[in-house]
Amino acid sequence: MHEWALAEAVISTALKVSKKEKFKGITKIKIKMGELQQIDIEIFEFALKEIIQPQKPILRKAKIELEIERAILKCRICGHKWAFGDAIKKLNEEESESIHFVPEIAHVYIRCPKCKSPDFEVVKGRGVWINSIEGR
Amino acid sequence: MDPRLEVIDKRLKNIKRLIAISGGKGGIGKSLIASTLALTLSKLGYKVGLLDLDFCGPSAHIVLGTRGIYPKEEKGIIPPEIYGIKFMSIIYYAGDNPLPLRGIDVSNAIIELLAVTRWGRLDFLIVDMPPGIGDATLDTIRLMKKAEFLIVTTQSKVTLETVKKVLKILKELRVLIIGIIENMRITKSPLVKKELKAFNTSFLGEIEFDKDLEDSIGDVNRLLKTDFAQNIKKIVLNAPEFKSKKKL
Repeated sequence: MHEWALAEAVISTALKVSKKEKFKGITKIKIKMGELQQIDIEIFEFALKEIIQPQKPILRKAKIELEIERAILKCRICGHKWAFGDAIKKLNEEESESIHFVPEIAHVYIRCPKCKSPDFEVVKGRGVWINSIEGR
Repeated sequence: MDPRLEVIDKRLKNIKRLIAISGGKGGIGKSLIASTLALTLSKLGYKVGLLDLDFCGPSAHIVLGTRGIYPKEEKGIIPPEIYGIKFMSIIYYAGDNPLPLRGIDVSNAIIELLAVTRWGRLDFLIVDMPPGIGDATLDTIRLMKKAEFLIVTTQSKVTLETVKKVLKILKELRVLIIGIIENMRITKSPLVKKELKAFNTSFLGEIEFDKDLEDSIGDVNRLLKTDFAQNIKKIVLNAPEFKSKKKL
């Protein structure tokens, strides 16, 4: 249910942008969901709807677009690139859940498959990101 | 756009005072002071939270002797309560494992914790800072706008030179500094007061080096009976800087 906190953050940002841009209504919010954070999309969408509900009418016509972004990791030592999707298979439930709460915890449990270094960067697909907020 | 940044103010809205325990150097007693201060304020009837921002060497859980506690998920993260303190730390997720993070990752993890942690109403949130004036300090200033800094020093010249740098940057950034505590005092030397006088910052008190302190780590009841804890209590009761207008 920590998806709620992130959904709340998305709506707060949309409302702030809307105020700044003097929108009468928000028409579209494009959200990128990084695979590393393993957000439960159903809960996230449900939370968004629940949070939007009392915000009517400004968000009444807002279309929410969710795009899942695969997480790609790159070793800073040997340059090897690999997909989080492969790494997660080796994690137990507790480890995977810890990464869900704080994605940087990946540096505790994941190592470069080539050189075993924990010094890698998340090239893409870390967490929740707003690509754009449209309105009129 | 990072949506998390937009929700942090809301998460901290019902916290009256936010005090970051800093000092630049490691091993000067920041975690012990942060934890004991949180316990003392809680015993005095205030609603208190404790946030350990030291990802490299988290220690507040060791001072408090926490075992088997974990946050609750409820539209975010609710920190578990121990000895009356709402306690948040990276150890819930990293366990006893090393967490080798670079700057951008430290910053991201701080933002994540601040964006999802629901503290509720607090009189005081005490933040145990890591050594240095890097990511955690800059993010505390950037993201926790009501943060006030409490600076810990020792008599060591090595510590003092770093403490001066911390005070300089905090003053330059116009961050509120509630005062300085001289910890682990072993001689009556006036060096600390003399060296830091130019910074025109309140001197909250001195804490003598307490040989019994180490054995009390992890045992809160014993910790609160040490001379160290009694000194912290004295500082809290005497310094006007710790008065919170009305307890929640």
